[in-house]
Parts: sequence; structure tokens; C-alpha cells
Amino acid sequence: MSTAATAAAQTVRLTAGRSRERNVGSLVFLGLLWFSLFFGVMVLVVLIIDTMLKGSVRFDSDLLFSYESSLNPESTGFRAGILGSLWLMVTTAVMAVPLGIAAAVYLEEFSNSRRWYNRIIEVNLQNLAAVPSIVYGLLAVAVMALFGFQQKNIVLGGAIALALLILPVVIITSREALRAVPREIRDGSLALGATQWQTTWRQTLPSAIPGIATGTILGLSRAIGEAAPLLLLGLGAVRFDPEGVLSRVTALPIQIYRLSTQSQVAFQEAASAGIIVLLVMILLLNGVAIFIRNKFQRSW
Amino acid sequence: MKRTSHRWAIGSGAAVLALTLAACGGADAGSTSSEGGESSSASGSVAVDGSSTVFPMSNAAAELLSEENPDVQVSVGESGTGGGFEKFCAGETDISNASRPIEEDEVAICEENGVEYTELQVATDALTLVVHPDLAVDCLTTEQVVELWGPGSEVTNWQDLDPSFPDQEIALFGPGTDSGTYDYMANDVIGDESEATRDDYEASENDNVLVQGVAGTEGATGYFGFSYYEENQDSLKALAIDDGNGCVEPSADTARAGEYTPLARPLFIYVNNASLADNEAVKAYVDFYIENLATIAEGAQFIALDDASYEETKSALAELEG
Repeated sequence: MSTAATAAAQTVRLTAGRSRERNVGSLVFLGLLWFSLFFGVMVLVVLIIDTMLKGSVRFDSDLLFSYESSLNPESTGFRAGILGSLWLMVTTAVMAVPLGIAAAVYLEEFSNSRRWYNRIIEVNLQNLAAVPSIVYGLLAVAVMALFGFQQKNIVLGGAIALALLILPVVIITSREALRAVPREIRDGSLALGATQWQTTWRQTLPSAIPGIATGTILGLSRAIGEAAPLLLLGLGAVRFDPEGVLSRVTALPIQIYRLSTQSQVAFQEAASAGIIVLLVMILLLNGVAIFIRNKFQRSW
Repeated sequence: MKRTSHRWAIGSGAAVLALTLAACGGADAGSTSSEGGESSSASGSVAVDGSSTVFPMSNAAAELLSEENPDVQVSVGESGTGGGFEKFCAGETDISNASRPIEEDEVAICEENGVEYTELQVATDALTLVVHPDLAVDCLTTEQVVELWGPGSEVTNWQDLDPSFPDQEIALFGPGTDSGTYDYMANDVIGDESEATRDDYEASENDNVLVQGVAGTEGATGYFGFSYYEENQDSLKALAIDDGNGCVEPSADTARAGEYTPLARPLFIYVNNASLADNEAVKAYVDFYIENLATIAEGAQFIALDDASYEETKSALAELEG
């Protein structure tokens, strides 16, 4: 955070021409930096604007409140997908967040990192974060079969896949957040006679909330955009709202994926509009993350 | 002071979750109250999976049925014909969509798991090869089609196919590899191990682009679903296909009669007999599907069955329901 701030200040000084070390090399490098930034942002902006223009004809109430329709491409909607994605998100969060934070607390506060099994867990966590998402779909199918579920295209199945998917991310970001809590706070608490458990629960964990919440929500916004693992579970088209974790369900990315491969133009417009809906949902999630971070951020 | 702010943090985190849950719950409650009205008709759930080609039909059937009876909850997946049968024969789904008849090894798995089923033909799918309307080519043999579209094909001039054809460069248009139409051409018409067509052609998932391309380029040829040719008959010429029994023009009749081979194929749904007998929702769905077959097939842009095949499908269903 602070290095970024220094770098930003440095950039401002350079562009303002106030740097004493101004020479050709630094200017070329500055130009390259600006180009990289410009390139990344421009591609994103062009993509979003293009999608918005394509989807703009479909910004109507049908888009949000109708089920999908193969007979009337002009009024096809994402109701089942939006509700399905919300249900999947909440169930995923309920499964992944407590597990992830608990694992992070264990690894960061209680485990002895010199033990061989803790090292194995560490290495595996790093690897799991890099596993392609479709593998988690296979894993979820196996888990569902293990518990004897006939139908795997239900909220629980999708949530298991997505929870497995974001668990490594949640654990890693939670560990970072816990690590950022100053040693002195723990030492102070322990010195005043608190047990390690009390120190963790009353001091360390609350202090790490902004980081944990941000990491978790960013993990969730990755999960909400995933289609591959859900396709493996057989999520398809439904024309009813989810009624519980055992209800069959579809998700927004799946609907978008299917519509975008259709040949009729109206379906492709609907797909573009659906992408905008998905982007808005992700932006809202990220907004919550930023709010929580700013609200509870403290400096020592 | 410090401690209160921590409490606050946890409390508000929980509040966010609770709010999200409440939002979902609210939408949920709305749906149950709207469903309360029609309690007299069948209710329950139907699981359909299988071919992505048949998907639009089964989904359209679900859509039309839900307008009449929202209590029947149909989920339609598209795992492909093979993937669909895998689930079907494990007893996980009630109905399997298929763009080919069930294969022997799949039959064996179904038998092993005690799944009895009935095959119902629901429509005919047909590809049409079209050319620019001024081109003096009217008929291709199946071998020539494979020669023209096969992987690695080096045919670039109509004379490469047959010396009697005009000396004219070929411009090729076809659907992209995501399309079911492409799969049909690659797997069923060309049908070698590569499961691909040649790749040096103008590809588009949008059939309208293909129509415009072929209609606007001299010597052009392309292929797409029959219904698209039907809508654009004025600007395109369809090639007749000779599969050993003389040239056959593409039409709904020749496709239905099984003469327009290998570019036409039947589409099926496979119904689990036990589900149909025990689950009133499955019965309601299948009955509705077969009753409105013509509307559904046309809505999904397939060729509807002729009267004889339709009667066959209906009597197969009637026999099953006894």
C-alpha cells in the first residue's frame, strides 16, 4: 500500500517535470508505464462500451424479471440466472468463509511452520490456487456422488464447486490480513494474561477484518463469473426460482455462455445485456468490499 | 472503545449476509405465492439432459408448458448426446435428448442399471449445401461433399471436383466450430476420426452472415440448417445430393422420408419408462411435448415430422402409457 503511494507520488513528480533525476532513460520508462496502463484500461473500456452498445436494445424489465425463452428471443431474460447466482453466492460464502478463515487462523496463529505436515499444507494451498476451475467441477461431481445425490445440478452442488474454487484464495488472503496485524498487539494481549485463543479471537481476528472481508469478497466475485465448473455439474436451463439448497438451479454465466453461441442476433444482444448485468453484480460486490475495507481500516 | 468497534465490524458483516439472504428469500416467497393459484394440475420436477441440438426443442416445450402449468419444474441441460445418455442410463435424468439413436454400449449400461426407456422421434434436422445462384452446379455426390469439406482439402476450384464443372474459384462459408451444425458436418457427413472439416473457410456463428456471403460472392458455397435455406430461397441455390440413389433435392419431404441422406437425420427424446409411470410431472411434460410437436419444432427451427412419423411417435407414447 505504502510503496504504491510512494510510487504514485514519484510519478506525479516525474510528470510534473520536478524530478531532479530526469533523463532520457527515465522518460522512456515512464512512457512505457503509461502505455501499459493505457493499453490495459483501453481494452477494458472498449470491451465494456462495445458490450453495452450491443446489449443496449435489451435494457428492459424482461431482462431482469423474465425467464429465458427460446421462442421469443426479444424477451428472453435472466431471472433464473440472477436468482440462481445469488443463491450460489450465499451458499458458497456460508461454506467457504468460515472454513477459509479457520484454516488461515490455524496456519497463521497456531501451527508450527517447521512441521512437515504444515509445510505440505502450505505448498498445496499455493498449488490449489492455480488449479483450473473446471477441475473443481469434477471434484464437486465426485463429492456429490459420494454423498449419493442423484441430481448434481442443484444449488448445493454448484456451491460445493465454487466453495472449493475460492477456498485457497480465501485462506491465502486471510493469512495475509492476519500477518499484517502487528506483532505488538498479540504480545501485548499475551502479556496482559490473555490465552492464545483469547488473543486471536478478541484482538488479532477483529483487527484483520478489513483484509479478510476484502479477500473473501474478491474471491466471491471470481466465483460469480465462473461457468466451467458449473457446466460440468450439468446446470442447464430452468424456468423456476430456486427454493432452497436442494433446488435445481442455473447461473448467470451459464445463460450468457449459451446465448452467445446461438446464431440469432436477438440472443446475442441478450447475451451482451446479460454480461452487463453480471458486471453490475460484480461491481456491487466489489463496492461492498471497498466499503468494508474503508470502514474498518485502522493504522497502527 | 476499540472493542466496541470490533463488535460493530462483526455485526455489520453479519448484517450484510443477512440482507443478501433476505433479498433472496424475498424473491423466493414471491414465486411460491404466484404458484399457489394452480394446484389442481400436475406438479413436480422433470430432469432433461442430452444433445445440444435438441436442446432448443426441449427448452421450448418447457417454456410453453410453464405458461400453462408453472408447477411442473423442468430443467434442461445440454451435456451432449453421449453425456446425456451417461446420466440417463445411471437413472439421474428422466428424459435424454439425442441427435442419434442410442448405441449398443449405452444400451448395455442402461440394462445393467435396470433403466427401461422408450425412443420417440421428435423432429428432423437437415443441413443444406447452398451455392451462389448463378453457379452452374446442381448436384454433388456424397464423396464430392467430403472431398470439398474434408479436413486438409485442397479443392479451390470447382473443376477440381469434376472437370465438367465451371472453371471458377470456390469461396467457402460455413458455421464456426462451436456450432452443432459444424459438428454434424464433421462427425456425421465427413465422419472420419479427425471430427473436423477443412479450416480455410469464412466462418461465422451467425447464419445471416453466411447467407449474405454466399449470395454475394461468385462461385461461393456454404452450408447451414435447412430452415435458413428455406427462409432465403430467393437469393440462394441449394445443391441436390447424390448418396448413390440419384440426386435428391433438399426439402422438408425428402428430409422426412429419409431420402436426403446423409444431410438429414432424425432427432429423438428418450423417456425413462419408470419416470413416466411414476412421476406425473414427467407424464405432463411428455404429453404436452408430443401433443404440440409441430409448433415446438417450428419454433426451434427444425423440420416437423410428417403425419406418418407423428402417428408413430404418438402411438409409441400411447402404448407406453397403456
